[in-house]
Amino acid sequence: MSLIEAPSFKRDLDAPKLNRTQPILTMHGISHRFGDVRALQDVDVTVYAGEVLGIVGESGSGKSTLLRMMNLEEKPDQGDYRLAIPGATANLFALDRFARRMLRARHIGIVYQNPHLGLLMRNSSSGNVAERLLISGERRFSALRSRGRQALDASEFPTERMDAPPIELSGGMQQRVQLAKAIALEPALLLLDEPTTGLDVSVQALVLDTLKRLQRERAITMVLVSHDLGVIRTMADRVMVMRKGRVVEEGLADQIFQDPQHPYTQSLVHAKL
Amino acid sequence: MSDPVLEVENLAKHFDIHHLQQRVFAFSGVGFRLFPGQFLLLRGSNGVGKSTLLRTLYRSYVPKGGHIWFDAAEGRIDLATAADVDVAALRRRDIGFVTQFLIARPRVAAEELVAEPLRLAGWPKAQALDEAHRWLDEFGVKRELWRAYPTTFSGGEQQKINLARALVLPQRLLLLDEPTASLDAGARRALIRRLGALKLQGVAMIGVFHHKEDIAELIDMELTLTVKEMADVAE
Repeated sequence: MSLIEAPSFKRDLDAPKLNRTQPILTMHGISHRFGDVRALQDVDVTVYAGEVLGIVGESGSGKSTLLRMMNLEEKPDQGDYRLAIPGATANLFALDRFARRMLRARHIGIVYQNPHLGLLMRNSSSGNVAERLLISGERRFSALRSRGRQALDASEFPTERMDAPPIELSGGMQQRVQLAKAIALEPALLLLDEPTTGLDVSVQALVLDTLKRLQRERAITMVLVSHDLGVIRTMADRVMVMRKGRVVEEGLADQIFQDPQHPYTQSLVHAKL
Repeated sequence: MSDPVLEVENLAKHFDIHHLQQRVFAFSGVGFRLFPGQFLLLRGSNGVGKSTLLRTLYRSYVPKGGHIWFDAAEGRIDLATAADVDVAALRRRDIGFVTQFLIARPRVAAEELVAEPLRLAGWPKAQALDEAHRWLDEFGVKRELWRAYPTTFSGGEQQKINLARALVLPQRLLLLDEPTASLDAGARRALIRRLGALKLQGVAMIGVFHHKEDIAELIDMELTLTVKEMADVAE
């Protein structure tokens, strides 16, 4: 018998909670295949109001697939997804396509690594944000403009450039437009898929700082996917480690980095430069 | 007498290093009770596990046995097995950890780092900044550095900012991991003054200090760790 016992996982799901601790997102038993490839296997996720959950893992571990499911872009083969928002009591994967789209637009914001996925690159930056505001029923031009400006300003986008199309902007500025669009309707959940990958280090720091400030000032609940452990360590309250479509460990961010339990997490943390 | 803030029972910790198939023992059988306003000094030679014990109590390290009963407003909660989200909530509100190392964040000014715990506790921005300035001043951080980013500050300056941030808001339990190491005399005096004031306010403290004489007046109990075993608590 090995000297080392198998680490225990999902402690977070089993332990009793303080009365005030309420999840905003609950996913249970998420499994999915792409052909012969098992992308996700029996994944459970709980995200609590106001926290930042970081998801780390090597390429192909399933973290971005899971995030797309949180954004209701994809449905799994199996599993249950609930958000604690008004009028959404059922499994969200059971909703029809239109209802899923409306719920996504109204309650979930997302920032992609690739701005082309989140923005209309030849429309104005303010127009990109206004598109999201239209969903809330706002039709007055002046209100769209002023609320768009507010969202861009909160994302620390230079508002004198709000009419410039994203295609004319730097990578960091494009991420700010995505962020402004994502937070324009004050979503219950903000999803961040490698939001700083590919940016210069200095620009990366600016984007992270903006996210941290938004989280602090607005208590936005965030799920952040990144392969950059430094980004996760800076941003996350809790961390979930994925490998081959499974959750191998989850814990407080400082615990994951200082006392990783699973062999894979140990190798990941030790490999950090 | 009031209930203990912390009651530790038979606490154990070891580390499993998987790639070596090796287990590293840290401690076992640790137990003590700590009441409001009490100060427990951890003693023992280098490497005996004093900092490990503090980090296990804070749950940066995963306990491997025993209980850490904390007297939360909602009732007693076992930090050894509590949900991560609850530990995070208690850290924001009730349990502080003070080290000599600052985790500086890019583009966050010294004053913002110190004001952050107050902002999270609901203080208005201006008031939180005023209080942050008061403590930066108290710990001897030069005024011209308050709005600068501490990423490139000297170790000593970073430590002062770290202390100001950690102590700006009274918490119920404070874990102190050699906070005076490498501090200049002025900042050291400010720290001891602050700890004394917090003790009077009922804050319970557990500390590792290189120089016991620094905090001799604060100590109520001592716990001496020896290799692979624990000594009794001495009053």
